[in-house]
Amino acid sequence: MYPANFFYTKEHEWVRVEGDTGVVGITNHAQKELGDIVYVDLPKAGLAVVRGATFGSVESVKAVSEIYAPVTGEVVEINEVLATTPEKLNEDPHDGAWLVKIKMSAPDEIKQLMTAEDYQKYVGAE
Amino acid sequence: MSTPALKATSLNAVHRKLGAKMVDFGGWDMPVQYSGILDEHRAVRESVGLFDVSHMGEIEITGPEALQLVDYVATNAASKLKDGQAQYSGLLYEHGGFVDDILVHKVRDHSYFICCNASNQEKDFAHIASLNNKFEAEVLFASERYAQLAIQGPKGLATLQNLTQTELAPIKYYHFVDGEVSGVPARIARTGYTGEDGFEIYVDPDDAERLWNEIMAAGSEFGIKPCGLGARNTLRLESKMALYGHEIDASISPLEADLAWIVKFDKDDFVGKQALAKQKADGVKRKLTGFEMTGRGIGRDGYEVLIDGTPSGWVTSGGPSPTLGKNIGLCYLPVEKAKPGQAIHVMIRNQPVDAVTTATPFYKRAK
Repeated sequence: MYPANFFYTKEHEWVRVEGDTGVVGITNHAQKELGDIVYVDLPKAGLAVVRGATFGSVESVKAVSEIYAPVTGEVVEINEVLATTPEKLNEDPHDGAWLVKIKMSAPDEIKQLMTAEDYQKYVGAE
Repeated sequence: MSTPALKATSLNAVHRKLGAKMVDFGGWDMPVQYSGILDEHRAVRESVGLFDVSHMGEIEITGPEALQLVDYVATNAASKLKDGQAQYSGLLYEHGGFVDDILVHKVRDHSYFICCNASNQEKDFAHIASLNNKFEAEVLFASERYAQLAIQGPKGLATLQNLTQTELAPIKYYHFVDGEVSGVPARIARTGYTGEDGFEIYVDPDDAERLWNEIMAAGSEFGIKPCGLGARNTLRLESKMALYGHEIDASISPLEADLAWIVKFDKDDFVGKQALAKQKADGVKRKLTGFEMTGRGIGRDGYEVLIDGTPSGWVTSGGPSPTLGKNIGLCYLPVEKAKPGQAIHVMIRNQPVDAVTTATPFYKRAK
C-alpha cells in the first residue's frame, strides 16, 4: 500500500527523494480521512520552507487541513494540475497528485522520517 | 480530564457496519459520511438519500392550554396550525436571541409535538418547562421514545410509498399524518432540511434498524444512498436553512437572521416580543447575507469579512456548493451592505480573498 521508497511524517505527508530534490505529497490515509478534496492551496515556486512548518493546505468539502513541510529547502516546482482538478488527490495521492518538489538544503533530515513499514504501523490497519 | 461518553442513536451499529466515518456532533456519535459527501449530496438532489437524524430532540406539549403555552414560547403563530400541520418557529430569550429553532407540529387540539436540535434539547425542555407556570399544560421530554429518519430527494415519496398504505402524495409540504410504515406506527411528515422534497418519519427506536434496512431496500431501484451529516450540511446551506450555533444563537435575533417571517408581532405576548419590537423600531443593524467566492479560496465558518479593508462581519457557514460548483457561504454584514452585489473580502489564512454578496437561497428546487 505505502511505497517502500517513500519517507513519511506523522502529519501524513510523504517524500520521495530524487537526487537533492524531495517530491512531497499526502498519503492515502490522509486523503481518505479528508474525504472529497475540493481545493489545494500551494505556495509559489521559490518559497523557502522549513521542516515542520506549514506551507499550504488541502481542503475537503468539510474541512481545511494544513500541509507541513517534511524537509527544509526551497520549493522548485508545484503540481499545477491540482489547481483545476483537486479531486486527483483522492484518486492518485502517491503518484500523479504529488504537491510540490523541494530542493533540500539538509538532506539528512530524511533520516528522521518514518519508513513505509513504520508509517503503516503508525496509521494502523486500514 | 475524562471525556463523557458520546450518546448514540439506535442506528449506531448500522452506521458502523456500513463503514461510515463517525464524528462527535454536539456529544453524539454520528455518521458524517458513508460513500462521500459529494456523492451523497448528489443522490439527494437527483434521486433519494436516507439520513439517521434520531439525535434530534422531541418535546410534547399537551393539555387544555397547550396552544397558549406554545404560542407564548415560540415566535410563529401556532394558532394558525391545523391538525396535521407543521410550522418552523423560534424559541427566544426575553432579549430576543435564539434558544433554538424548532418545528412545531399540531397533532390535534391540546396536543403539540416539537422537534428541536439535538444539542439543545435539554436546554429547550428546561426553557419551556420554566415558562409553564401560568398555563394549564404539560411539557414532556420525549426524545428517547423517537428515532427519526429522513428520506429526502425527488424519489423520496416513491421510496417511502413502497412501505406504507398511507397515501403520501396528498400530504402537503409541512404537513404530516400518523400512519404506519412497514407495519409499525410512524409519524410521517413532509418536512426536511435539504431543500428537496422528502419526508421525515418518527418511529419507535426499537423499529429503527428494521425500517432503515427496509427503506434502503425500497429505494434501491432509485439508487438510494445512506447520507451523513456532511451532506446534510451542504444541502441545507445551498437552501439557506439556518443551523444553530452558526446562523443563529443566543446573540442573534430572528430579524437579523432573515427570519422575520417566523415572528408574528400581531399575536399576543410571546417571549422576546418586546425586544424584537424595539429592535424593529430602532432598525436592525446587521443581517444575514449570502455570498459567493470570486477569488480562489473557500470562506469557512468563523472567517472574518472585510468591506473596503474594514472588518465588517463574519462567515456563519461556508463551503463548496456541490450543486452549483461554486464556493458559497452566509455571513453577517451591516444592514446597509447586506444587499446582493456588494464586493466583500473574506479573510482566508490572513489573506483577503474576493467575494460578492448574492441573493439567496443559492439553490431552489424546481416545483
